[in-house]
Amino acid sequence: MYRKSKMSWLGAAVLAAALAPMGASAQQKDAGAKEQFFPVLSYRTGAYGPNGTPWANGHVDYLKLINSRDGGINGVKITWEECEFGYDTARGVECYERLKGKGPTGATVFQPLSTGVTFAMTEKAPVDKIPVITSGYGRADSVDGTVFKWNFPLAGTYWSAADILVQHVAKKEGGADKLKGKKIALVYHDSPYGKEPIALLQERAKMHGFELVLLPVTHPGVEQKATWLQIRQQRPDYVFLWGWGVMNSTAIKEAVATGYPRDKMYGGWWAGAEQDVVPAGDGAKGYNALAFQAGAGRVRVHEEILKNVHAKGQGTGKEDEVGQVLYNRGMIHAMLAVEGVRQAQKRYGNKPLTGEQVRWGLENLQIDGPALKRLGVEGFLTPLTTTCVDHEGSRKARIHQWDGQKWVYTTDFIEADMQIIKPMIANSAKQYAQEKKIPVRDCAKELQGS
Amino acid sequence: MFYREAGQFKATYRADQQILPIRQDRLFMAAVLVFAFLVVPLIATPYVFQALLIPFLIYALAAIGVNLLVGYCGQISLGSAAFMAVGAYSAYNLVVRVPELNFLIVLALSGIAAAAVGMVFGVPSLRIKGLYLAVATLAAQFFMDWLFARVRWFTNYASSGSVSTMPVNLFGFTFESPPEKYLLVLAIVVVMTLLAKNLVRSHIGRAWMAIRDMDVAAEVIGIRPVYAKLTAFAVSSFFLGVAGALWGFVHLGSWEPAAFNLNLSLRLLFMVIIGGMGSILGSFFGAAFIWFLPIFLNQVPAALGVPLATTTVSHLELMIFGALIVFFLIAEPHGLARLWAIGKEKLRLWPFPH
Repeated sequence: MYRKSKMSWLGAAVLAAALAPMGASAQQKDAGAKEQFFPVLSYRTGAYGPNGTPWANGHVDYLKLINSRDGGINGVKITWEECEFGYDTARGVECYERLKGKGPTGATVFQPLSTGVTFAMTEKAPVDKIPVITSGYGRADSVDGTVFKWNFPLAGTYWSAADILVQHVAKKEGGADKLKGKKIALVYHDSPYGKEPIALLQERAKMHGFELVLLPVTHPGVEQKATWLQIRQQRPDYVFLWGWGVMNSTAIKEAVATGYPRDKMYGGWWAGAEQDVVPAGDGAKGYNALAFQAGAGRVRVHEEILKNVHAKGQGTGKEDEVGQVLYNRGMIHAMLAVEGVRQAQKRYGNKPLTGEQVRWGLENLQIDGPALKRLGVEGFLTPLTTTCVDHEGSRKARIHQWDGQKWVYTTDFIEADMQIIKPMIANSAKQYAQEKKIPVRDCAKELQGS
Repeated sequence: MFYREAGQFKATYRADQQILPIRQDRLFMAAVLVFAFLVVPLIATPYVFQALLIPFLIYALAAIGVNLLVGYCGQISLGSAAFMAVGAYSAYNLVVRVPELNFLIVLALSGIAAAAVGMVFGVPSLRIKGLYLAVATLAAQFFMDWLFARVRWFTNYASSGSVSTMPVNLFGFTFESPPEKYLLVLAIVVVMTLLAKNLVRSHIGRAWMAIRDMDVAAEVIGIRPVYAKLTAFAVSSFFLGVAGALWGFVHLGSWEPAAFNLNLSLRLLFMVIIGGMGSILGSFFGAAFIWFLPIFLNQVPAALGVPLATTTVSHLELMIFGALIVFFLIAEPHGLARLWAIGKEKLRLWPFPH
């Protein structure tokens, strides 16, 4: 029996393991090329593929636009590579490792579009010196740039989002004091993504005296019968939906089945795309959701994408997808990253920049009125200014409603109330810094130094 | 020709019973260890360490744990990832609440915590067998998913329910760079593999195998099923717990309960089935197959310069991966380890087979 001992070959596996991938990962570094490398982590397959695809298409289309219309960012050509990770954190980390060293200066910035991968990257980015943009997702407390030096939750966090929803509902009721005794249910994806807004909603519930009912839904969210049974029993005045992918359309269908009025339902900005309402058919009419900056629709930048990318047959996805909610979001995310590079170029010169240099650009973003005009997104985005202390830069959103055919804005921009959020961020970031024993930056001092 | 044991005589029981009785095997093993410990850290890139080797080693360790239970003791478990989660969260809580504890002690304690939980969920195995047991172990999976998502004490009241860790510090040395992390994991995996190998050669391992092959007969010859099954659950969970702690601390650095979901349990079970049930070596093969192959397939088109859409590549990856699993299971139902053993037999006769 032991003559054929398998133990001896144990090491062989380790050997094979070590040898096999070495060839594949040999990365050539072309130091001379004037290129800025953008890694694109995407998920076009798997449970969240239907939502990940338009995002990735919009993202890549914008990068293509910069190359074909402007010849790159001030002459520095953009290169990119997509890495499919199927919303799987382990594969996402593999993609991160695969892409972080590519291009003449390494990866510019990572945008994982997955809270799980964001958390893993938050640990890795400071070591590799690559910024992470989590625009509209990720850790809410990473707004605090003194602790989260490398994270940029640009233009909105879940705390901002939840705050805006509460404000809107309060206004609808006729004032925040009218919320007393009301009941709001949060139907959320049972993951860090879905749990993120809870802290803020609890804070608001304490302030206004409304009751918060927490109803988690397990991944991927196709089974919600029990959840909606509870809603039928508890009869909340409003339902906030914090889902992603198939969970959203399922929730709307269940609301139809339960007879819960759709116009009392408010989705977060990841629960307010065409992919979420179309499968629910007519039942989705009247459903509301937050629009992250812009919802659906086309402005000048879309025309330019159609003219410079799609008309040349280089469109990443289908043409009618241009202007959809998630397409726009992918595009905006790419735009913010490109603007970060542009800003950094002002300081470091028009050449390929390292992640560390781009980080400076992201921290000093100045997207004001004229800049929005130059980008072709006036009225579409709100001005955004980041600082060392504030990595969010802008925290406004509108509510849009599905009329059965398209998304229609029902409010103007609402701004999140920083008086409530700021102390929460400070607390949470402080706890993080203590737990991880990381030094807190002194922004005033850095400003003098630079 | 080269691989023959002719002329190697065993004069003592000790020599006859060593793990590697053939000299060539010993030399090969030594070479592999030297390569893994000394050469790899010099030549591998950070990508190879972080994305390939470290996850592979941890998967292999977890697969050994599953193999001890499923392959050696015959108790099918679908709750492996739950025990990894117990290990990971125990380690997290120990580090957060008792920061002065040595990391090796943390690892051992989290393994022990997982072992304790494993024994509790192993109790149904005394009554039910086979598929029924598999369904019962699912309970472990769902219970742990629920526990770590709901009981906020385990995540130290993190607002989003996910936890993050500090780099591993051992005797004042911080394991931060990829080669350092790799060597740490490699050392732990090598020691634990040796432990597993010796365990299955000992009376405990034989008791497990007797239970696996026929529990009634095992009972008749004096093996206590309660003892054998529960030790299998405990030891298996210990390995899984340590693997889980390493997965969280060394590989991910930050994780959410979903990192240890049912998907991971199934993946570990596939590793064991494809690698070879009842084979320590098979655990390594299985881990390599399940972790490396998809990544390799994913990169082939780009490496060959074939321009394919990302979607096409990932669909192809899934299809080819699935086809290969079917192929290998048809070609050799006993797993890759068995293929390897056949190869070794053939090698003895090479180049003149009769």
